[in-house]
Amino acid sequence: MTRKFLTKWSSLSLPRRHETLSEPSTLAQFTLVTHAPTQTASTLTDPQLPQVHEPRNAGMPLDLDWVARVQANTSAIERRAASLPGRRTVKKTYQAAWLARAITLIDLTTLAGDDTPGRVRRLCAKARQPVRADLLDTLGLPPITTGAVCVYHDMVETAVEALRGSGIPVAAVSTGFPAGLSPFHLRVAEITESVKAGAAEIDIVISRRHVLTGNWQALYDEMKEFRAACGEAHVKAILATGELGTLRNVARASLVCMMAGADFIKTSTGKESVNATLPVSLTMVRAIRAYEAATGIKVGYKPAGGISKAKDALVYMALMKEELGNRWLQPDLFRFGASSLLGDIERQLEHHATGAYSASYRHPMA
Amino acid sequence: MTTREIFETMDYGPAPESSAEALAWIAAKGPAFGAFIDGAFAKPGETFATRNPATGAELARITQSSAEQVDKAVTAARRAFPGWSKLSGHQRARHLYALARLLQKHARLFAVLESLDNGKPIREARDIDVPLAQRHFYYHAGLAQLLDDEMPGHAPLGVCGQVIPWNFPLLMLSWKIAPALAAGNTVVLKPAEYTSLTALLFADICREAGLPKGVVNIVTGDGRTGEALTTHPDVNKVAFTGSTEVGRRIRQATAGSGKSLTLELGGKSPYIVFDDADIDSAIEGLVDAIWFNQGQVCCAGSRLLVQEGIAADFHARLKARMDKLRLGDPLDKSIDVGAVVDPVQHATITRLVDRNTEGETYRAATPVPEQGCFYPPTLITGLSPAAPLMQEEIFGPVLVSTTFRTPSEAVEIANNTRYGLAATVWTENLNLALDVAPKLAAGVVWVNATNLFDAAAPFGGVRESGFGREGGWEGLLAYLEPALKTKPLKPADPVPAPDRPDAPGLDRTAKMYVGGKQARPDGGYSQPVWSAKGRLLGHMGLGNRKDIRNAVEAARGAAAWARTTGHLRAQILYYIGENLSARSAEFAARIRDLTGVNAKTAEAEVDVAIDRLFTYAAWADKFDGTAKSVPIRGIALAMTEPVGVIGALAPDDAPLLGALSVIAPAIAMGNRIVLVPSYAAPLAATDLYQVLDTSDLPGGVVNIVTGDPADLAEPLASHMDVDAIWAFTPHVSAEAVERASASNLKRSWVHDGHGIDWMGKSGEGRRFLQAATEIKTIWVPYGE
Repeated sequence: MTRKFLTKWSSLSLPRRHETLSEPSTLAQFTLVTHAPTQTASTLTDPQLPQVHEPRNAGMPLDLDWVARVQANTSAIERRAASLPGRRTVKKTYQAAWLARAITLIDLTTLAGDDTPGRVRRLCAKARQPVRADLLDTLGLPPITTGAVCVYHDMVETAVEALRGSGIPVAAVSTGFPAGLSPFHLRVAEITESVKAGAAEIDIVISRRHVLTGNWQALYDEMKEFRAACGEAHVKAILATGELGTLRNVARASLVCMMAGADFIKTSTGKESVNATLPVSLTMVRAIRAYEAATGIKVGYKPAGGISKAKDALVYMALMKEELGNRWLQPDLFRFGASSLLGDIERQLEHHATGAYSASYRHPMA
Repeated sequence: MTTREIFETMDYGPAPESSAEALAWIAAKGPAFGAFIDGAFAKPGETFATRNPATGAELARITQSSAEQVDKAVTAARRAFPGWSKLSGHQRARHLYALARLLQKHARLFAVLESLDNGKPIREARDIDVPLAQRHFYYHAGLAQLLDDEMPGHAPLGVCGQVIPWNFPLLMLSWKIAPALAAGNTVVLKPAEYTSLTALLFADICREAGLPKGVVNIVTGDGRTGEALTTHPDVNKVAFTGSTEVGRRIRQATAGSGKSLTLELGGKSPYIVFDDADIDSAIEGLVDAIWFNQGQVCCAGSRLLVQEGIAADFHARLKARMDKLRLGDPLDKSIDVGAVVDPVQHATITRLVDRNTEGETYRAATPVPEQGCFYPPTLITGLSPAAPLMQEEIFGPVLVSTTFRTPSEAVEIANNTRYGLAATVWTENLNLALDVAPKLAAGVVWVNATNLFDAAAPFGGVRESGFGREGGWEGLLAYLEPALKTKPLKPADPVPAPDRPDAPGLDRTAKMYVGGKQARPDGGYSQPVWSAKGRLLGHMGLGNRKDIRNAVEAARGAAAWARTTGHLRAQILYYIGENLSARSAEFAARIRDLTGVNAKTAEAEVDVAIDRLFTYAAWADKFDGTAKSVPIRGIALAMTEPVGVIGALAPDDAPLLGALSVIAPAIAMGNRIVLVPSYAAPLAATDLYQVLDTSDLPGGVVNIVTGDPADLAEPLASHMDVDAIWAFTPHVSAEAVERASASNLKRSWVHDGHGIDWMGKSGEGRRFLQAATEIKTIWVPYGE
């Protein structure tokens, strides 16, 4: 099935484009396609940058034949992942620009038991102004913000309040995060509560047992219900890939979640022993590519956990550019779930601006 | 572009590796280079330019070494040989270790120099070529250390003349020099004229490593220098990597010279994708197969075979992947495809592709630099096996493709080639992979991967991709010979017709034995066989070319023998021994009649023949392959496979034992054989076919063609469906046999004017088993 893209990404210097969905007839098997909330699609505050406006993933009927056909050869995937950092690199001005872009892709995250409103407000302030203004000036970069702020449900209202007017969406981890083992109706209710509290994005966790037992129908149904509960809020499906056992499972779970309407697929909660890795990422973005080839729908990707160095971020961005294209270097289709990455990028940017290596205390903390 | 603009476009931008250090090295040591002889750089002689293919700029001037300089280098190597070969394994290991360490210390200099000279992307030189070269020296330092204990009874060959290609200049140098030195040989190496610089840098580090002078010599120059080296009378071993065309010329030029020869030649390696493969990974594999090193890789997966049902999807995804490849400055760290080595090579690729009129040609939608030798990644789909581009090696970034329906058809198409270097198989089904891999005519098979190399894993080809292996203990063997005492060969001629023939009893006619049946000679001529005492023993048919043709056809038809189990072959060999034993008196009498030896000697020959059959029955299920310790998560299996059809000219002496000493190892390993028995005493061999018939040996496995070896050697040695030629009889010229063997580059084992002591232990064993087998290295990375 092919569909015309509603917004063609040709150049970032295009003016704002708002296009409405068309061709409903080709969507017969999809549920109603809704618009992305404006604030999700507009995390860049620069007025020159366009509003990126892709149709939301409405999902499709569960295609078990397709799921069964999915293959993921671990060794081959690992080899590709291992060679990628050696195949692509960005230097000097390019590196600075890429790192600035990386900041706009960060879901600045705090998911700690000792989070307080004060702590979350500090994080939000950092999200509004992630890099010292003088550095951005020196580098000739526009003001930027992070892609979102990601918190637990109890902190959603605080964050929404703190970010009001910034255009930065609040993402809430939900559905009994991180294990996802609370009663199902409570998990659904948790989504509803977070959306009600103002979360524009919901990061749900899937039931790993459905993957581990090959119960794709159950995974599909669960995901579909979560998606429905999200309403206008975008839903990121956390696969907890570190607990899925095999890359084949990762690929199949990715596909099933997209079929059930996930707007994003995300690697990890950050609480598993293994979080985002390049092989897992390659597996998931290939699933995204296959889903787009079949449906015309672009689904976003969010690696989370363990990405703490500027250099790692650049490798992930190169992976997105190589496997999916530049379109996935925009915050509506790509996010880093990270808490300490920003600090390293700030130091690298100061190095670019001054030629001297930086120190962390020179950059405002969250 | 400003940071702000890049922030929007998200382009990669340039990421150049500096060439300053490499250029400084050229300026300091050159810019005109002489050959490296006897531990010092000679004054540059007549020179030619070596250029950066990405820019056309001259990098340095290289000496066109003359025959005289080659002679000096060989002389230096000869002088160094006694000292070097007498060092203990440990002492040689220390030198190899020092070279490995220096390759590491100068890693970036080697990588940049290689990229500049060859045009390959710096990433490949830095991440693949140089680390593999280091690994090769480390590994062979280890082989040198263990050699004395692990390979007793072996001696180095002497001076090795080595000629290497331009596609992996440093790596091929390592593959050649490391095993030669480990085994105790000394070396004269000629790099390709396009790419001499890293060999000269290597010469420089040999001095730094304190390698004794003369152990490694580097002579630069074009094919003329190579010819002077490979034909030099004082060179004991020639190792060549390059085109099949030149390899064939070297085979002819060295024929009968007694030089040990290994050839690593061209390929048109199949890349098979079954419908259950991880398609995205298989496509990524193609990037490493055919767009690695601009496709200038002898084992490049250049023939894509896709299962028909997934072909359209596969090709569509492949094209999208091709569009992402970045061509450009090889020193840029984000470049996938660099420059082809020289305008001449560029013109060849262009000509081959432009001449093609079949299928659909797709060129990657990626910018191609206007200057320099750049050729865009190209895919040609919809070709049939009959298309010239499916048969000819292009040696460029051009992939050709066809489809197949079933696994057996995939194997059939894959093997429909003169070459047999490597093959790649993609499937998630282990049963399928391990079924297909052994059926592919290739020295290396990669399962769900491609272009994996390691010093521990033998690499090399079958068919016209050459012979010999590089890497592992198997590769080291190509630089050693058994330390044997041998005696000069004397031909034994048939007993001339006596003045008074004694023709007693009933006529007995020894026919030939072809396809399990007795066959009359095609020409209709026979020759009487007289005993030493002038008694008529019978007649032997005089075979001709057509008898050879028929015998080879019968042998080819008995292909099922190669797939039998070692256990079954052992049982049959024991059975042959049992039946021979039952008729031992008769055979002993025959030997006495034919050769005039006394009863004791004749009986001893029969006894040893039975013993020998038992030896190879024992070996039939014990000449094991090995699992190599390669640095991946996976296995590299070095499997022994039969060579195929062996043509053998049996020795004159020991008419029964000589024949069986050749037949038994061949069939034990699963080969079929066409044997020309002793000219003087053929009836001991023709008597054998009754024994073979009663021992359940399938027809066609052993074929016996009698006649004058001098007439039969040429058709047998030149027959293109024969995979190996063994010539032990002094009735044929080793030179003629090896020259004829160049037709399809069959492996040869010919007498060097000295005979083997068939009655002794040197008449059997591993040497025979190795000659009767090919090593196929099957790489199976695993992990879920």
